[in-house]
Amino acid sequence: MEILGMPTAVLASQLLVGLINGSFYAVLSLGLAIIFGLLNIINFAHGAMYMMGAFVAWIALTKFGISYWGALVIAPVLVGAFGVAIERILLRRLYKLDHLYGLLLTFGLALIVEGVFRDQFGISGQSYEVPEALAGGIPLGFMFLPTYRAWVVVAALTVCFGTWFMIEKTKLGAYLRAGTENPQIVQALGINVPVLITLTYGFGVALAAFAGVLAAPVFQVSPVMGSNLLIVVFAVVVIGGMGSILGSIFTGLGLGVIEGLTKVVYPEGSSIVVFVVMVIVLFIRPAGLFGRS
Amino acid sequence: MKAKKIAAGMVALLAMSGLAQAQISDSVVKIGVLTDLSGQYSDLAGHGSVLATKMAIEDFVAAEKPAFKIEMVTADHLNKADIASAKAREWFEREGVDTVSDVVTTPVALAVMKVAKDKNRLVLGTAPAASSITNENCNDVTIHYGYDTYALANGTAKAVTQQGGKSWFFLTADYAFGHTVEKDASAVVTAQGGKVLGNARHPFPGSDFSSFLLKAQASGAQVIGLANAGADMANSIKQAAEFGITPTQSLAGLLIFISDVHSLGLKNTQGMYLTTGFYWDRNDETRAWSKRFFEQQKKMPTMIHAAQYSAVYQYLKAVKATGTDDTQKVMAQMKKTPINDFFAWGGKIRDDGRMVHDMYLVQVKKPSESKYPWDYYTIKATIPGDEAFQSLADSRCPLIKK
Repeated sequence: MEILGMPTAVLASQLLVGLINGSFYAVLSLGLAIIFGLLNIINFAHGAMYMMGAFVAWIALTKFGISYWGALVIAPVLVGAFGVAIERILLRRLYKLDHLYGLLLTFGLALIVEGVFRDQFGISGQSYEVPEALAGGIPLGFMFLPTYRAWVVVAALTVCFGTWFMIEKTKLGAYLRAGTENPQIVQALGINVPVLITLTYGFGVALAAFAGVLAAPVFQVSPVMGSNLLIVVFAVVVIGGMGSILGSIFTGLGLGVIEGLTKVVYPEGSSIVVFVVMVIVLFIRPAGLFGRS
Repeated sequence: MKAKKIAAGMVALLAMSGLAQAQISDSVVKIGVLTDLSGQYSDLAGHGSVLATKMAIEDFVAAEKPAFKIEMVTADHLNKADIASAKAREWFEREGVDTVSDVVTTPVALAVMKVAKDKNRLVLGTAPAASSITNENCNDVTIHYGYDTYALANGTAKAVTQQGGKSWFFLTADYAFGHTVEKDASAVVTAQGGKVLGNARHPFPGSDFSSFLLKAQASGAQVIGLANAGADMANSIKQAAEFGITPTQSLAGLLIFISDVHSLGLKNTQGMYLTTGFYWDRNDETRAWSKRFFEQQKKMPTMIHAAQYSAVYQYLKAVKATGTDDTQKVMAQMKKTPINDFFAWGGKIRDDGRMVHDMYLVQVKKPSESKYPWDYYTIKATIPGDEAFQSLADSRCPLIKK
């Protein structure tokens, strides 16, 4: 049987591969969406933070013998702490200014971080092995599914929906949303809004680092791994609706699948298909698929 | 009378020394290393090329005690042709640079070659890959020194096909370099009685190759030829292992440097065949030089680094022999001098600018076979220069009269 000119087996395997990539997009764009939605900062340093997450995992393993599972906790905490420091020292001063200043600052920051890593580790990248418990794969009949990739989808989706739940359904999330909507009133109610904002930025950054650890066994751990991905992730956020959490999760997954299918049908177009989708969506719904205009 | 004689002698001496000085412009031989110091080729060329140049100059001064001064300048071309040609022009016009070397990445090399032709200065292309540099784009001021896509594709594709890898599928980076390698390798595979079943052209640069790899897997080809380089190639290899494609189907890398093998690790690369112009652990001479390089760089040299040393040393020798830094005279001297050093034994520079030397077909060792750091390759065959490189008879270089 053939669909879209290819055997169902090929189609199924490409859908699965797309879903896997989409889950990376989802975690990364989720962090960006939270930071933009709640802080109004366009975080161009997100790719660099993702790369730092992968490098922390690699350093933890090679220098300190800390396993992948340890890195999944340590990397987000360390990189998140770095994010907190950035917010306290630099970003805090920009909230009253135009968005553009935040963008420029984080962009510059990304260049510096990448430069430092390039200088220290070279450009070719480092190899990070798949943890033993997740090595090998499952023959599905139509394809061979690496266990690790299956784990990536599960871990990414769990984190995404956990975050959504926390922000939309819990009291802490309610404070957060209220604090960004009207800081004065929330402050008057006795809630420390600046701390809330700092933690939000730290959390968004930690999500990027988490994605970095997930990516380390799949891609070469390299100083440029973040900048390669960042543009696509930004497109995901725009398509999903700037700042919309559910939007970024669903769009991330969806675009992964669309991109994967394009790679089979028309490989040359796979690097731009995301942007074509972006143009179409913005024509029809200028605020993005899930955006509130 | 005596005073007059002495004065006359002094004048004559002065005139002679003045003459000698006039032979070497500004009385300094200036070598420009134009390379990628920060981008994706900075590990395989970059700072290592700068170090190799420095070593060549120091060794030359110690051994040959030249009467002229030698200087080196370096710059980062960021892999951009416009930046590279602007820098080369500035060097030639204002800084009296006599030769530009390294010029990694083909578009950069082609741009610099044009400027050098205008200004009649020498280009020592030790790092760019495309075989077109000494074919349709050749000129009389360029030497293509280290390797080229023809030699790489020829060496690896031929060996793999002869060993039974008859059906091929190419995973190709979708730009000029990828297309050239794929074309060169396809020709070799077909000539050896093999078959090319198809290709997948991926955007450059890419990061996820699983879709393309699954396509390659579905093709049922015995060999997946990787017509890409650097990070793209590294990620393709890694992901092929992940999806269980290797070892059922085998991979053939068409442009792999030892720095790539080092960063990927032997677990991911074991068993692969590749062609190289240099391996540090080949004999006592290569080891001795490479260890000196390693002491400063903390990495073993790639074939580009070794070629850079050799090219600069040959250049300086030719300047000394001719007593001038005039491009055409130095070029003529270099073309008639055989090259015998740790990089190339019996090497020669042809009229199309191609430096012809032996290449090596190597296989990457298993982790269990590797006994010490950087013990990565087993040399399977030495491919004689005339067989490795495109023959002069097939050359499309306008300088070659047929």
